[in-house]
Amino acid sequence: MCLAVPMKVVEIKGDMAVVESAGLRREVGIMLLASIRLNDWVLIHAGFAISKLTKKQARETLAIFAEGQFFA
Amino acid sequence: MLKNTSLPRLAERLRHFPARPGTKIMEVCGTHTVAIRRCGIQRLLPETMKLVSGPGCPVCVTPDSFIDEAVALARQGVVITSFGDMLRVPGSRSSLEKERAAGADIRAVYSPLDALRIAAESGWETVFLAVGFETTAPGIAAAAMKALETKLGNFSLLTALRLVPPALKALIAVDTGLSGFLLPGHVSAVIGKQAYDFLLDRQLPGVISGFGAEDIISSLLLLLEMHNKDIYKIVNNYPAAVRDSGNEKSRAILSKVFEPVDAEWRGLGSIPASGLDLRPAYAGLDSRRRFVIKKETAPPRKGCRCGDVLRGLIDPPACPLFNKACRPDQPLGPCMVSAEGSCSAWVTYG
Repeated sequence: MCLAVPMKVVEIKGDMAVVESAGLRREVGIMLLASIRLNDWVLIHAGFAISKLTKKQARETLAIFAEGQFFA
Repeated sequence: MLKNTSLPRLAERLRHFPARPGTKIMEVCGTHTVAIRRCGIQRLLPETMKLVSGPGCPVCVTPDSFIDEAVALARQGVVITSFGDMLRVPGSRSSLEKERAAGADIRAVYSPLDALRIAAESGWETVFLAVGFETTAPGIAAAAMKALETKLGNFSLLTALRLVPPALKALIAVDTGLSGFLLPGHVSAVIGKQAYDFLLDRQLPGVISGFGAEDIISSLLLLLEMHNKDIYKIVNNYPAAVRDSGNEKSRAILSKVFEPVDAEWRGLGSIPASGLDLRPAYAGLDSRRRFVIKKETAPPRKGCRCGDVLRGLIDPPACPLFNKACRPDQPLGPCMVSAEGSCSAWVTYG
């Protein structure tokens, strides 16, 4: 229920942004974070960015998913 | 520190860790529950310790009465939008899945923003089932703000939001014999580290953990270490996603829309200030004010011990229905319905 997935911000439209991960694109709300810039990595939960990550942190988290240690 | 230790070495350290006899750690996040069993971490625990699941799955702690209200609304012909994992949860006499099969308009959505869109595009009365912890609640608050801004007149929320710290407070108010808590990662990303300071008054350590096997094992090692040495701290072992102060903006949006109220938890009863309800400025978005909800009720299910499982009092196999009358393919209790429920995780991953 509280699962969140790292995705990269590829477009910003007001309080919404298009995020992308592994070829999947989604439109999400970005009003819960203080500042978001293009190319930022964010954790996405239920259609909202809830936390910022560094690129390195995002990679590590995505690796956890990829290794099947966890599932989305 | 544990940061650069490989997984096999971490696993080995946990297996041979000299935990104090009678050590009992509770994990408080359904996502951790699943990861622990899926990765087989429960088989790495030293014999002197026990790991129990707490009330960490919003679907599991939602009482029957909430499902009964949602079922009653569906029968009144409103569109019900909900996170998918609520649909199979049994109420007193029915579930949303059964109502949908009987013709009610019930739609699983990924985000509360999808529910707003359905309301705007269809023009029909649309109710969103606001279920979740602090990770999910700010997004629902943001959706409520959007509904008000755009003067969406046919959208409302049936709320059953719950807060993690008050439930933990209620748990440790009675002697549970717990030695520490594995704390939820994404809830903490919102509420921050200081939200758990009350654990320190009860001399209990807590570690905020991520969701990979390394994260969980290193967090357990930190907890066992602290417990052995009588150190009581809240440690943030998930700095990748969790700032010590949490996410202030999310909390501001949350408290603009919602206020704490006493709330019912399955297995724990009513807990003071553990739920969220809409503030007066948002009362127009409250399904309970907008509709007269005539819900059916029934006596509690016989034999189901979800309540005791959620308090960490029993392991799932101690329930007389476990994997017999109550199975993942025909669940009777919510801990078996939700993929994040302890009972479901025990059956699925052993």
